Amino acid sequence: MFVHKMWDDHEISKMVEGGVPFPMLSDAGGRVGKVYGIYDEDAGVETRGRFLIDPDGVIQGYEVLTPPVGRNVNETLRQIQAFQLIRETKGAEATPSGWRPGKMTLKPGPGLVGNVWKEWKTEMAFD
Amino acid sequence: MAEELPVGCARPTGGPVGEEAGEQERSEKPVIMEEKKMVQVGRKAPDFSAPGYQKGKFINVKLSDYLGKWVVLCFYPGDFTFV
Repeated sequence: MFVHKMWDDHEISKMVEGGVPFPMLSDAGGRVGKVYGIYDEDAGVETRGRFLIDPDGVIQGYEVLTPPVGRNVNETLRQIQAFQLIRETKGAEATPSGWRPGKMTLKPGPGLVGNVWKEWKTEMAFD
Repeated sequence: MAEELPVGCARPTGGPVGEEAGEQERSEKPVIMEEKKMVQVGRKAPDFSAPGYQKGKFINVKLSDYLGKWVVLCFYPGDFTFV
């Protein structure tokens, strides 16, 4: 925690005005990381685990990377937007591969079985 | 949401968010020892409480305090790691 303060004061605040807005937590010994399955016992560090938790406390998605590769915040935001849409439509809509806000969704149902090809094209998987 | 508290240690509460911790232990069914499973999508996140730092203050954060909101929970190897 003390190091969080040092890092925020001396480095992050130079990249983000006002420093980190959200809580930076401490997990000494990886006790929480072990429960989430992302603690590397041999190296004694948390790996880069990222969990999306919905308003009911349910884990909707996660991603875990080894330490040298950073995460993609846009992809995290895209996934949250997709899960929020699913939640708002109570599952009446689904977001196909490559979906981002504004792109078409699919309405799962008997009529869609075998007919996705009519609505969704391979190019839509890409930005 | 997050209260200011003296320095402590992070600890899992032993239960999922929004549920009583350690409910399983109080049940009368025999406890079957299982290998600890990785958290799973579609299941409740394990609750925990952890000390933290936010905007000049040392605080204590409990995951279940965030029920009703979307949460991005990120782990990283250490402060000052580069990426």
